[in-house]
Amino acid sequence: MNDGVNGVALAVFIFFFLLVTVMGFLAARWRKAANEHTLDEWGLGGRSFGTWVTWFLLGGDLYTAYTFVAVPAAIYAAGAAGFFAVPYTILVYPLIFTFLPRLWSVSHKHGYVTTSDFVRGRFGSKGLSLAVAVTGILATMPYIALQLVGIQAVLDVMGVGGGENTNWFIKDLPLLIAFGVLAAYTYSSGLRAPALIAFVKDTLIYLVIAVAIIYIPIKLGGFDEIFASAQEAYSETNPATGAPRGALVPGEAGQWTYATLALGSALALFMYPHSITATLSSRSREVIRRNTTILPLYSLMLGLLALLGFMAIAAGVKVQNGQLAIPQLFENMFPDWFAGVAFAAIGIGALVPAAIMSIAAANLFTRNIYKDFIKPDATPKQETAVSKVVSLLVKVGALVFVLTMDKTVAINFQLLGGIWILQTFPALVGGLFTRWFHRWALIGGWAVGMIYGTVAAYGVASPTQKHFGGSAKEIPGIGEIGYIGLTAFVINVLVTVVLTFVMRAVKAPEGVDETKPQDYTADAGDPGVQVELPPATAGSAH
Amino acid sequence: MSQTPQTTPGPVVTPVRVVIGLCLLAPFVAMLWVGSYAKTDPVFIGIPFFYWYQMLWVLISTALTMVAYKLWQRDQRARTATKGGAEQ
Repeated sequence: MNDGVNGVALAVFIFFFLLVTVMGFLAARWRKAANEHTLDEWGLGGRSFGTWVTWFLLGGDLYTAYTFVAVPAAIYAAGAAGFFAVPYTILVYPLIFTFLPRLWSVSHKHGYVTTSDFVRGRFGSKGLSLAVAVTGILATMPYIALQLVGIQAVLDVMGVGGGENTNWFIKDLPLLIAFGVLAAYTYSSGLRAPALIAFVKDTLIYLVIAVAIIYIPIKLGGFDEIFASAQEAYSETNPATGAPRGALVPGEAGQWTYATLALGSALALFMYPHSITATLSSRSREVIRRNTTILPLYSLMLGLLALLGFMAIAAGVKVQNGQLAIPQLFENMFPDWFAGVAFAAIGIGALVPAAIMSIAAANLFTRNIYKDFIKPDATPKQETAVSKVVSLLVKVGALVFVLTMDKTVAINFQLLGGIWILQTFPALVGGLFTRWFHRWALIGGWAVGMIYGTVAAYGVASPTQKHFGGSAKEIPGIGEIGYIGLTAFVINVLVTVVLTFVMRAVKAPEGVDETKPQDYTADAGDPGVQVELPPATAGSAH
Repeated sequence: MSQTPQTTPGPVVTPVRVVIGLCLLAPFVAMLWVGSYAKTDPVFIGIPFFYWYQMLWVLISTALTMVAYKLWQRDQRARTATKGGAEQ
């Protein structure tokens, strides 16, 4: 679609890429602790981050490059339905306000690094902990792969992705380089690298959105014009389905889908290992509560970003692959140098979450598979070494995934990952509030939810795909179209409740709960709660 | 949205905690009731109601969460004071 390479944009992109690379390696020295060979240090940044670092880290973690590309792309493709990301991120914060501080407290008290650690400690069940860990790893892998898809979209538009005829190695070389560098600094600096780079990423993103939301509408003749041309585009009939392409406002039938997608996604978000990793790296309980009040700033940005999808239509951007709509919009509307800044924002936006996700997946493997099942007497130093290597393997796996398989495979798996990860909610959040659920009932509910979700998603067809064509399907018993993940979750909870009664009746062993009620409200400074103060690196952001 | 029992003395459900719960619950009611905002009018600076209303709720829910946070902080402080311990 592009002739040649956009030199200026590429130069700006490379400049920022080099900048964050240097930062990534230097991050190892940032607030360095005396003993760096523990998983708390490498995998949780010493559990020392204050309000602002946590804010940047979580923001950089949750609002990924794929989000930036996919949300406006969904709007570009179908209109209102894609906007569910906004209510979704609105609902996340009141939700986590209720349970995340409890997870923080109990994790600090007992030194838990992952959600599976907590589940094992709470329910005394390695099996349940393994189920949660495997679900987490499975859900995270395609998510990392999608970050690569985000980088690829930007490289394509800049003209360095190569044409269809180019040798695959030359074509993918830029991506290989980007990923090699990412892998190297994650290996050496751990969670500190994405924490530091997140500053650059978010500054760039906010800058680009602020400029785009003012500059592009002015060039396009205002929002009236933009929505008028979007309305026109949506009313055109899609030859593949015979229905209109989309709508500016969801119709009666789409409202259940809209609401269930928003709720289901909100419930799922903090089940993802990378969200929890960023949460547990914070210094205190207060840091988390305070963050629930400032993180919505990102939601506002996401809403504005979604509007770019309409602008792409109004600006006459025509792309086959919707993922390219926004990068193409930037290329068309901005001067070359600023397009470079925008591309750098998306590219770095992929690196931060990819690093955190690979660390989170590695922690899960190390703590809940390697230590629990392979080498129970592993020392903290060995744990860290294993985690570092696994973080590399996870990234290589994602890379192979993206390079060898069709992009839609990664997207399908990401869709499934969201459904799967939601099935760990009863064990984790349920466990934070009550010990009533029986551990075997939780495994049963989880298994039923996983199977239902997978089978249901497999059966969804779309004009372009026979299977995994979407994430919404008729809800059994209600008849409306709803998010499969949420339906599976409800079934999961029902099965868990029924099985708990059964297990109680047959007096199945409960397992040992190593936590105490007061552990869930402990804060830094309370007796028994480790406060890992980094050596005084005066002036570091708090 | 349960505010779970603390090990501190005093009733578990207090008026303040009910307000906290309502602050946290309100965004769910507003956002999941899609029918209440699935319309184009009134348009604001050219943006259909559907879009600006939801963006407005980002701000409203932020304010509500902030209120909940402040009330919770005060609630905790009061409880710690009656217990005779010092927080942090």
